[in-house]
Amino acid sequence: MLNAAGEPQNIVVLGGSSDIGVAIARRLAAPSTKSIVLACRRPDEAPVDGLRRPGLEVQAVSFDAVRVEHHASFVDSLVAAHGDIDVAVVAFGQLGEQSRFGDDPVAAADLVTVNFAGAVSVLLALARVMRRQGHGRIVVLSSVAGERVRPANMVYGATKAGLDGFSLALGDSLVTSGVGVLVVRPGFVRSAMTQGMEAAPFATTPDAVADATVKALRAGRRIVWAPGILRYVFMVLRHLPAPLWRRLPLG
Amino acid sequence: MSPDYAPEVLRGWGLSTMSSARVATVSERDVVDHVKDADERGVLVRGLGRSYGDAAQNGGGRVLRLASSPSDVRLDEAAGTVTVGAGVSLDDLLRVIVPRGFFVPVTPGTRFVTVGGAVAADIHGKNHHLEGSFGNHVRRFSLVLADGSVLECSREQNPDAFWTTIGGMGLTGVIRDVTFGLIRIETSRCRVDTVRCDDFDELIEQMSTGDDDVRYSVAWVDLLSGGARFGRGVLWRGDHARRDDLPVADRADALAYGPRQLVSVPPVVPGPGVVNALSSAVFNELWFRKEPRRREGSIKSIPAYFHPLDAVGSWNRLYGGHGFVQYQFLIPFGRETELRLIVEAIVASRLATPLVVLKRFGVGNDAPLSFPMPGWTLTVDLPAGAATLASLTHALDDIVLDAGGRHYLAKDALLGPDAIRVGYPRLAEWQAVRDRLDPQRNFRSDLARRLGLME
Ligand SMILES: Cc1cc2nc3c(=O)[nH]c(=O)nc-3n(C[C@H](O)[C@H](O)[C@H](O)COP(=O)(O)OP(=O)(O)OC[C@H]3O[C@@H](n4cnc5c(N)ncnc54)[C@H](O)[C@@H]3O)c2cc1C
Ligand SMILES: NC(=O)c1ccc[n+]([C@@H]2O[C@H](COP(=O)([O-])OP(=O)(O)OC[C@H]3O[C@@H](n4cnc5c(N)ncnc54)[C@H](OP(=O)(O)O)[C@@H]3O)[C@@H](O)[C@H]2O)c1
Repeated sequence: MLNAAGEPQNIVVLGGSSDIGVAIARRLAAPSTKSIVLACRRPDEAPVDGLRRPGLEVQAVSFDAVRVEHHASFVDSLVAAHGDIDVAVVAFGQLGEQSRFGDDPVAAADLVTVNFAGAVSVLLALARVMRRQGHGRIVVLSSVAGERVRPANMVYGATKAGLDGFSLALGDSLVTSGVGVLVVRPGFVRSAMTQGMEAAPFATTPDAVADATVKALRAGRRIVWAPGILRYVFMVLRHLPAPLWRRLPLG
Repeated sequence: MSPDYAPEVLRGWGLSTMSSARVATVSERDVVDHVKDADERGVLVRGLGRSYGDAAQNGGGRVLRLASSPSDVRLDEAAGTVTVGAGVSLDDLLRVIVPRGFFVPVTPGTRFVTVGGAVAADIHGKNHHLEGSFGNHVRRFSLVLADGSVLECSREQNPDAFWTTIGGMGLTGVIRDVTFGLIRIETSRCRVDTVRCDDFDELIEQMSTGDDDVRYSVAWVDLLSGGARFGRGVLWRGDHARRDDLPVADRADALAYGPRQLVSVPPVVPGPGVVNALSSAVFNELWFRKEPRRREGSIKSIPAYFHPLDAVGSWNRLYGGHGFVQYQFLIPFGRETELRLIVEAIVASRLATPLVVLKRFGVGNDAPLSFPMPGWTLTVDLPAGAATLASLTHALDDIVLDAGGRHYLAKDALLGPDAIRVGYPRLAEWQAVRDRLDPQRNFRSDLARRLGLME
């Protein structure tokens, strides 16, 4: 359980090699934190060393977002091994190449499977065990790309729009259960995902996203934007007339 | 399991911990049917939820509220003892016994605790230095075990179940009814002396030399002032007033007792709460100035002397949405340097609020998880939303434990398993008896899981 200062004993990162996910785990880890599990496709390459310190067990385990048939038993196995899950960070995701999808709709469907179907499946599995334990926090990496989907990344944006809506409703469904869901909406973050890309306005870093996330968790919020200014930027962008919206140079 | 369990989010009094459990109110008679067949989230009994942290929470499991009848108070005036259901509150009990010339042997700073909660946390009061904690006055109790059987416990009968349950935080079984000794009183008033001390050394000196002559003694320390005024405080000493102490007009109705709640805090307090550094500093200044250097023999009512906070309903909401923690620790005698160091660290943190209490403990009892032992105990409220809270308390934890001290489980909401193992060296002994009483581990709590009390 989270103690009164919001410090977790057990943390799980789904998409355990994600720069943002790992930054959140590092920022959350406290003296009384017992374990961090990084769940990812290539556990051998997971950044466990950067998190290790005496008294804290850091472990990488195999997890693939598309193997939805394993998600429920996977989450159960985490509980069996470490006890209650206090915070789960759902950080996996792929950006994909929008320019390819026109000719390769299967690739687009695969992206949807990772970002949306896989996320929905693992979120439901997490909600089930947390409901059973009567407490827990789920952090979902959404994106401003889902706030108003742009043609330039419409498949990715649509998966995030779906994920965002689902996660908020999941949070609402858990109100009396002691479980909370926090939806994180970052803008452009300099991470492995955006390597080589030109930064968009209000670009930020994984550590800055992690700071904002941990603050929002402690405050019991449902949504956090990173950086915070994007909330106001999108209040405007959401209502721009379509012709203007299409011509915006958002990358 | 009967259908009258309903999901409910339960919090500690500090409003800074929470989890959801299935909750039901059960009678003393039916409780035997509700402790058996628990799943791996277990079952726990909750009193009035006045422990500050997660002691009375059991996330994902079942939580029982014990419906004891306040009219079923069996007072043995000749023996000076009372037998009550464990779900009866001290508030209910005092309304019965004070007019008949008796007072509870130990009272916390609120009368809204149950007798069960008083035993399970082995609570202490302002008379600890002379009269010990609540468990010292318990003659016997009946304990509903995990298999539904009822065990009679006293110093003679099942003494290890007796001592394991006292201070055992509800993890050995359900305490069903309790017999304990009372204090005989001539009036419902207290006679109080106050001494103002200009700094910390003077306060420690006054308490070290004068305490043993007075039944009730506690000091209030101003943690918001530094420099020459560092650690200034007011020492409150008192005892139950004798009939002769009262003005003549009051003597006819010397045992009159009718505590009232004056106001209540609404459920939602906007923003970060109204207890902030500024209001605290003003509060402390006023309170300190209010007291003359030394005043003797002022007469106060029981509520005004023992339970002043109870005049304000739900005052815990004043800290705003994040809630607060009450950090209470003990430092053995001889380690006053460390005590001072901690007080300095709290002053420097600028996090402290007005409710800072210093008390000198006397000898402890035989219960392995009982908190009090000879030394100083300091109690300070800290806002849970403060970014620097955890770094402050983790640093303080180290000083407390290195000095051979410990933390009070009924208040704790921050520690991890290691701190309890160091602070309570008899934990393994407690666990062995607990496991014998409840081998399936039906009784569980959030506190037990957080601190690894069963592991
Ligand atoms: C304003 C205020 C002032 C306080 N001052 C003091 C003080 O001066 N000294 C002090 O020692 N404490 C003090 N406390 C703490 C309080 O006395 C303890 O936390 C006490 O245990 C609360 O009793 P409760 O009935 O609310 O129990 P809860 O908080 O509901 O439960 C506390 C524990 O008791 C167990 N329990 C409750 N009933 C039973 C039962 N029938 N059988 C078995 N286990 C049971 C629970 O499982 C839990 O582990 C204060 C609290 C407040 C809010
Ligand atoms: N970077 C940004 O600008 C930005 C902005 C808004 C939102 N986000 C979101 O934030 C989250 C984290 O992104 P990031 O910036 O930290 O990028 P990242 O470092 O690339 O992290 C994404 C992670 O997802 C993992 N992943 C991909 N497919 C997977 C699958 N099928 N199963 C399991 N894991 C899979 C990747 O692991 P592999 O090593 O196995 O590929 C990678 O570690 C993502 O959901 C992303 O959409 C990012």
